[in-house]
Amino acid sequence: MTGALRRIGAVMLRHLYIMRGSWPRVLEMAYWPAINMTLWGFTSQFFTTHSSWVAQTGGILIGAVILWDVMFRGNLGVALSFLEEMWSRNLGHLSVSPLRPHELMLGMLGMSLVRTTIGVLPAALLAIPLYHYSLFDLGLPLLAFWLNLMVSGWAIGLGVSALVLRFGLGAESMAWVMIFALAPLAGIYYPISTLPEWLQPLAWALPPAHVFEGMRQVMQGNGLDWGLLGSAVGLNVFYVGVAGLVFLYVHHVARRRGLLLNVGE
Amino acid sequence: MRARHRVELDQDRPAPHSLGMTHPAIVVDNLRKSFSGHVAVDDISFTIAAGSTTALLGGNGAGKTTTISMLLGLLLPDAGTIRVLGEDMVRHRYRVLPRLNFSSPYVELPHRLTVAENLTVYGHLYGIPRLKHRIAELAEELDLTDILKRPAGKLSAGQKTRVALAKAMLNHPEILLLDEPTASLDPDTADWVRGFFLDYQRKSGATLLLASHNMAEVERMCDQVLMMKQGRVVDRGSPRQLLDSYGRDDLEQVFLDIARDRRQPTAEAAS
Repeated sequence: MTGALRRIGAVMLRHLYIMRGSWPRVLEMAYWPAINMTLWGFTSQFFTTHSSWVAQTGGILIGAVILWDVMFRGNLGVALSFLEEMWSRNLGHLSVSPLRPHELMLGMLGMSLVRTTIGVLPAALLAIPLYHYSLFDLGLPLLAFWLNLMVSGWAIGLGVSALVLRFGLGAESMAWVMIFALAPLAGIYYPISTLPEWLQPLAWALPPAHVFEGMRQVMQGNGLDWGLLGSAVGLNVFYVGVAGLVFLYVHHVARRRGLLLNVGE
Repeated sequence: MRARHRVELDQDRPAPHSLGMTHPAIVVDNLRKSFSGHVAVDDISFTIAAGSTTALLGGNGAGKTTTISMLLGLLLPDAGTIRVLGEDMVRHRYRVLPRLNFSSPYVELPHRLTVAENLTVYGHLYGIPRLKHRIAELAEELDLTDILKRPAGKLSAGQKTRVALAKAMLNHPEILLLDEPTASLDPDTADWVRGFFLDYQRKSGATLLLASHNMAEVERMCDQVLMMKQGRVVDRGSPRQLLDSYGRDDLEQVFLDIARDRRQPTAEAAS
């Protein structure tokens, strides 16, 4: 194992230890996605009998809400891992260890993968007995949607982490707030064509709009739209790349301004 | 029961002295740092010999912590150079960081993790071989065996200090940077901590640099003292030299002379 992988693993191990030591934390990760899915599941059942559009695409709302949670948890997985270091005033120790900033970042992304899976998988499984809807029926495209939305969440999480590093814990609420600013443009529950025309280009500039549009295509039996998937991948590479560079730049600024020692509650 | 002051190096890891260190451990040249127009460190230069123990002494706001932060690479200087173990600390800090370590009562380890978990995480970060063995060794030396499974946040101040020491010693550091290492400790624990450092320094040949307000501690531990005031190194020398220079009986009086501009070094001593 190379030194870099070992150090990235150490960052993840630190958070896995916290999870191991606190089952309520693990339960809480799965709790909100499950509640959210249950609520939308019943809403969806009601609409199935009152809307021909929803009736034609049974499960579209449940699928959308589960996949939205992938993005939300992907964001929180990164941001909470970073906030945990701030809350525990551990950033100083980490910063004088051989851990490089990009390794810290990759460790946070790895933890996001773990947290997202723990959070969303139970909700997806619960939908099968409750609503006879299996997200897994999407097949391989599901994996592509899942990964794309998680990477979108990573981009936001890295941006939030950079904000918190630069402006302190006063900015921590951004971890929960910022992603919802994108929700109306992501087309989670409705086609992008529903948006006013002037807003549509903005929506298409965001990867989740392509993913949710692609998801509806698959669920309506039109197969995977490779164009939409390709756009989502390209935009995600761009955004997560920019967010990563912003995080590294802010880390450098923090070294210039002395922010790494004076952090914490 | 206090742990024994026994510090042993791995057999396959030679002491720093035997590494043939031709460089001084730390060389600082014309270092300067300011924050929003306030000069925190003002053009300081000093050299710290390998294997020595040096104190940065000065009042609040003198620039001690800022200097240590720059030596660790936590803070980028505005101007000047820092060479640690022969490497430029601004450009090549990752070549040096595995060889040094740091302890401060103001930078804590994660509270929710147990002592053993904390040491395991940092052991992996430093790439410590035979980590379980090393943790057991440190637990024995620092009397941590009984608290290895306790969360770090539920320890007493003395226990936290010993755990922080264990983290700082994981990688057998060639340089130890200590920010007020005995702050908030009772006299017994503080004395034990000082003994531990001196024992490690004597046996490993490591270089120690500490920032402290405790004059007795500095007199007992240090070969060299750098007196800082308003970001500058205003005097330097061994504790004995400073006492003679100012004609005082203890460093506290020297400190007050400098802090209050009461007295200059005597001409006789200066010559």
